[in-house]
Amino acid sequence: MIFRRVSNWPAFYWRTPFGDLERLKRQMDLYNEGILEGTLREPSAGVFPLMNVTEDKDNYYVRAELPGIKSEDLDISVTGDSISISGERTISEEKGNAKYHRREREAGKFSRILNLPAQINTTKVEAKCVDGLLSIVMLKAETAKQKQIIVKSS
Amino acid sequence: MAETESKALQTKEKMTLSTAVEQTKPGIVFAPAVDIFETEKELTLLADMPGVKSDNLTIGINKNVLTMSGEVEAPEGENETEVIREYDTGKYFREFTLSNEIDQTKIYAMLKDGVLRLTLPKVEAVTPRKIEVKAA
Repeated sequence: MIFRRVSNWPAFYWRTPFGDLERLKRQMDLYNEGILEGTLREPSAGVFPLMNVTEDKDNYYVRAELPGIKSEDLDISVTGDSISISGERTISEEKGNAKYHRREREAGKFSRILNLPAQINTTKVEAKCVDGLLSIVMLKAETAKQKQIIVKSS
Repeated sequence: MAETESKALQTKEKMTLSTAVEQTKPGIVFAPAVDIFETEKELTLLADMPGVKSDNLTIGINKNVLTMSGEVEAPEGENETEVIREYDTGKYFREFTLSNEIDQTKIYAMLKDGVLRLTLPKVEAVTPRKIEVKAA
């Protein structure tokens, strides 16, 4: 079963009686961190893969770390203001009688939808996966771009 | 839920490393997730190091300690401002003590799609010699 979460915001689970408090503490931590660092950190949705989003005047840049995933195993689609990334990470079983000492790497399917802060031009999206790093460049829609207003002096 | 369906991947916070040796350069150091397995002939290590280019990866063995170190250049461009940050990037570093004797001349490393595959062939054991005992 794959959990698809539409929003970037996490869903909180109330497993302990202190769930409320823990959530509050986490939010406070994030808030404090935001004050100190200057940018407010959004809590991660906890859905694979973790993503970083940046922007400049014309584009949005979405990045995710996907080691061992080939570009053909990735399925990316965009709508006006959201991007959907899904795929599967496979780790092939070693041939012969290999004896495992450590198994920390994980395989499995993933699917995530990320809401973007503004509309994008869906015809101008470029994605590449190099060295296990996925980067997607999306051109902002004309309506989402900041417009400079010239103040006239009389 | 279909039995054939593989499990969904969960996010894992990257494991940060606190080394006894202090870094000269500031920045976060992560311990890459690894798989290690052994066959009769060799020891194989797989490590997830997304964003590391082969030029920025150093592997060394010193007194049975295997050291892997990979630098990651920040992928963000200069004019970009943050919107959402869910993961951090930094250096990868991890050390292992090897219990087997490794033939250092035959180590083979390959970096593909951000995954390092390190093959460490064991030193060929001296083949046991059979000693015949002659009857007097």
